Amino acid sequence: MSHFFAMGGYAAYVWPAYAVFFIVLLADFVSPLLRRRRNLRELRARLARQTARQHRSATPAVNS
Amino acid sequence: MSKWIPLWLHKLGSPPIFYRFAGTLRPWFLGLALVAGAVALYGGLVLAPADYQQGDAYRIIFIHVPSAWMGLFIYGVMAVASFVALVWRIKLAEAVAMESAPIGAAFTFITLVTGSLWGKPMWGTWWTWDARLTSELVLLFLYLGVIGLYHAFEDRRQGARAAAFLAIIGIINVPIVHFSVNWWNTLHQGSTVRILGPSKISASMLWPLLTMMVATKLYYVASLFGRVRADLLELESGKDWVRRIATENSVPGEQA
Repeated sequence: MSHFFAMGGYAAYVWPAYAVFFIVLLADFVSPLLRRRRNLRELRARLARQTARQHRSATPAVNS
Repeated sequence: MSKWIPLWLHKLGSPPIFYRFAGTLRPWFLGLALVAGAVALYGGLVLAPADYQQGDAYRIIFIHVPSAWMGLFIYGVMAVASFVALVWRIKLAEAVAMESAPIGAAFTFITLVTGSLWGKPMWGTWWTWDARLTSELVLLFLYLGVIGLYHAFEDRRQGARAAAFLAIIGIINVPIVHFSVNWWNTLHQGSTVRILGPSKISASMLWPLLTMMVATKLYYVASLFGRVRADLLELESGKDWVRRIATENSVPGEQA
């Protein structure tokens, strides 16, 4: 097993190369998922504000 | 829409339909990409023998070359989608073109870094200003230029049109990258895998390489679908179908 990880003496070059490959692609894959979730959350907040405003204008407060 | 375009393709261009279509297919593409990638890694890192000249350092080829192919392939997709977006003003084509750019940039970045890590032990240098390396760096800058131009405009669709124009002009660099090893003297080795004629590589090394190529292609589709979905939600945030999705997913942590 340690023979495998040694990569014939080139471990310092082979493993970082593979690490870069996976880290960059992982970041590439996760970022749009986070973006989508953030956008949906903002949209929900906007819709909630809109309905609240409509609700207020439809039923005016009693003590005004 | 012209008659020769089948109706299903026409429908697929509609953002809500594509959103659902991409959402259904994305996990399958990702799953297949992971399986193919795992098989390729096992074949490349464990089964394939060490190279008689380069020892085990050559194993970087199994990610370096597929990433380089993807950098060029995605640029082609981006340029074609940009052309479609400019001529027919199809929103989905704009999304495909603009969301391809970050993925292509990621693969080109991987190509440059892994190439550098391979060049140090084999050539004795991290970097040299020869044709292949320089044109690959230009490819990265073209991707970054497209991304930057897209975000430089207040109006996203206007930005997409400007960036699409740059993407089309930049296609000139793709054949330069590909043929640079034939046209100029370079440290970089020539093409190992050839479509026409025998490849200059043994079968035990060739099949992991080709499997990884398939895996990166599948990954690109999965990543692109995820990105286009996020993009369509932003572009169409005022529309009813997006509002429905927003209210449907109101349970925190739940993913559609």
